[in-house]
Amino acid sequence: MKLVERMRVLAVSAGAVAAIMAVAASGPVQAQSKAKEQFFPVLPYRTGAYAPNGVPWANGYVDYLKLVNARDGGIGGVKITYEECETGYDTARGVECYERLKGKGPTGATLFQPLSTGITFALTDKAPGDKVPLVTAGYGRADAVDGTVFKWNFPLGGTYWDAADILVQHVGKIEGGLDKLKGKKIALVYHDSPYGKEPIPLLQLRAKMHGFNLLLLPVTHPGVEQKATWLQIRQQRPDYVFLWGWGVMNSAALKEAVATGYPRDKMYGVWWSGAEPDVIPAGDGAKGYHALVFLAPAGQGQVHKDMIKYVYDKGQGTGKKEEIGEVLYNRGMVSAMLGVEGVKRAQFKYGKKPLTGEQVRWGLENLALDAAAIKKLGFEGFMDPIQTTCVDHEGSHSSRIETWDGKKWNITSGTYESDSQIIKPLIKESAAKYAAEKKIPVRDCAKDASN
Amino acid sequence: MKRNRNLIILCVFLLAGLIMPLATGASDPGFYIEVLLGGLMAGVLYSLVALGFVLIFKASGVFNFAQGAMVLFAALSVARMAEVMPLWLATLLAIGIMIAFAFIVERLVLRPLVNQDPVVLLMATLGVTYFLNGFGQAVWGSDIYEINLGIAKEPVMILQNLFQGGILINKDDVAAAVAAVVLVALLALFFQKTKTGRALRAVADDHLAAQSIGIPLNRIWVIVWSVAGVVALVAGVIWGAKLGVQFSVSQVALKALPVVILGGFTSIPGAILGGLIIGVGEKMAEVFLAPIAVKAFDLAGGGIENWFAYVLALLFLLVLPEGLFGEKHIDRV
Repeated sequence: MKLVERMRVLAVSAGAVAAIMAVAASGPVQAQSKAKEQFFPVLPYRTGAYAPNGVPWANGYVDYLKLVNARDGGIGGVKITYEECETGYDTARGVECYERLKGKGPTGATLFQPLSTGITFALTDKAPGDKVPLVTAGYGRADAVDGTVFKWNFPLGGTYWDAADILVQHVGKIEGGLDKLKGKKIALVYHDSPYGKEPIPLLQLRAKMHGFNLLLLPVTHPGVEQKATWLQIRQQRPDYVFLWGWGVMNSAALKEAVATGYPRDKMYGVWWSGAEPDVIPAGDGAKGYHALVFLAPAGQGQVHKDMIKYVYDKGQGTGKKEEIGEVLYNRGMVSAMLGVEGVKRAQFKYGKKPLTGEQVRWGLENLALDAAAIKKLGFEGFMDPIQTTCVDHEGSHSSRIETWDGKKWNITSGTYESDSQIIKPLIKESAAKYAAEKKIPVRDCAKDASN
Repeated sequence: MKRNRNLIILCVFLLAGLIMPLATGASDPGFYIEVLLGGLMAGVLYSLVALGFVLIFKASGVFNFAQGAMVLFAALSVARMAEVMPLWLATLLAIGIMIAFAFIVERLVLRPLVNQDPVVLLMATLGVTYFLNGFGQAVWGSDIYEINLGIAKEPVMILQNLFQGGILINKDDVAAAVAAVVLVALLALFFQKTKTGRALRAVADDHLAAQSIGIPLNRIWVIVWSVAGVVALVAGVIWGAKLGVQFSVSQVALKALPVVILGGFTSIPGAILGGLIIGVGEKMAEVFLAPIAVKAFDLAGGGIENWFAYVLALLFLLVLPEGLFGEKHIDRV
């Protein structure tokens, strides 16, 4: 091909790519107009190693935003717009998505929910400068509960320190008391990442308090190769295994437990290791495995009926109709709902108009979702009340245990509250250290709560 | 001479490391054998993926970065089609898909880039990797899919009278090892005893000379990519049956990189031996070395098996730059 012809082909190709990009940018991405709209950036991962868990969460999240528009006409009359940016659970791509979306919409991004502790760690340094709240329901930094230091972080509904604490309480109860854990072995099989490492300080503290041996067994990303880990478990024969996995690591762990003959009823997963994609691939081998419940367990309530009526029956559903009510779908819905309620709360103070991230931050810091409010939202039976304050950005510290029976998850314990006497000093110490490192002025909540 | 001496020192050093846990009593013999077997089984799978790399490199001098993606794509094809048809039929159809893929790669990627610098071809296979990963997930989905070979997952205990608690083995691991041995034997027969196999070897030795005696290079490339596709399918099916078929399979396949570095890019025996060395090395390191290293150097912890494979390969490269069985490259100046 001659050079001139080549140049022509290149020019035509470049033109075609530019045209496609222009069409894509003006298509379903409903964030461009300057109307009365509230923009929600969505950071999902629908491809890659963690897609089996990322997809249902993202579907629930996006569907709830659609439901609020279709059923309620938006938030206080302000239409929700959103745009997805695929992170692939990759921190660098997550930060790139954040930078791309933070300024979109008439008032900028409402808040970010990255569904990744790694991305959360990276964005925690950026959010204060951009004045955008980071909502990390059930993940992220545990010390971010302390709103006096982490003004922009909201680990709503529970942290990994709560989760680890509740698991220790539960196995202590099984043994007949926490004192009976003395001399026992508990293995933590964890994703070798900031997410997996987060519960270690709390478990080490509890191990010291009660005299149990803590075995730390890291599993490298993506977690498919666990032979060495489970051979160590077979050798050490721990009394309990706590599983802190994500994505394919969870089902691989259950399969390796079967292959090494470790009893599944001695295994307890964190709430990110307790969904359908974690157990179904392991087949019957997953029977008897336990996990923590985070806010919404599997099942359907009034909000799901609304979802079918207003979204799926209108052909607007993101995923498959039969997946509505699965654990991660529900969790995505609850996460979106918490963001929407934050905006709603802020509208009481700032008016029913598109709000900035800074204004929404106030709403999130003053959330008051009691049982009546939860019922009104259609989430009755799916979550515990949440009440946030300037000091406490978490709002709820409870969880339950669910057990997989081969077909579905069943709640098999009462509600546990994490021990604040143990966790609060840890949070205070860690947050103070962070504040000192980053030279962040600690807020005085008595003076600062209204800001 | 110096080279041989260094190789002997390295081998003695590695063997000492291998038997150290047993000699020092850090591990009981039964557990030690279990770790060793676990490593060998993982190594068999690494060898299978590495074979695909070696086959293509031998025939075309292209380092096929897409081999891992081919493993994923083949396994996804089998798993999803097996949902609506018998497994054997799904496997046959998937073989057809991999052969069609070989045709497409030859026509759209290799042929237009013939005589280009090897690095250009490497970048092209990198492009094929991204395409295949994305396309595979777009067509077949990104969930975890099952391939059921009908082999029991429960462990079997053997030699209980010899070792306390016995030695644990898994039937699917044994099946994987048997499948790998059969595949390697078939490949050896194909390369040694068939006309096409001899043509492939001729191309591998000198593709210009092979072309001059009438061996069609394009056809050879299609054949070799097809064979690499079938090898990828076998690896993907075995892996998928063990741990489920999902995107991460393509990342695990990257473990074959240190295998080919260690074994040599052009050697089938090198791929097999390299796979076994890497498999055993990384499992031994994770189980016995990691806890000692964490304590001794007050490390933050973390799994070492992922990067230890590369350390092992680099150690071999220091004394054998062409790998265990790679061809020596000598330039006259």
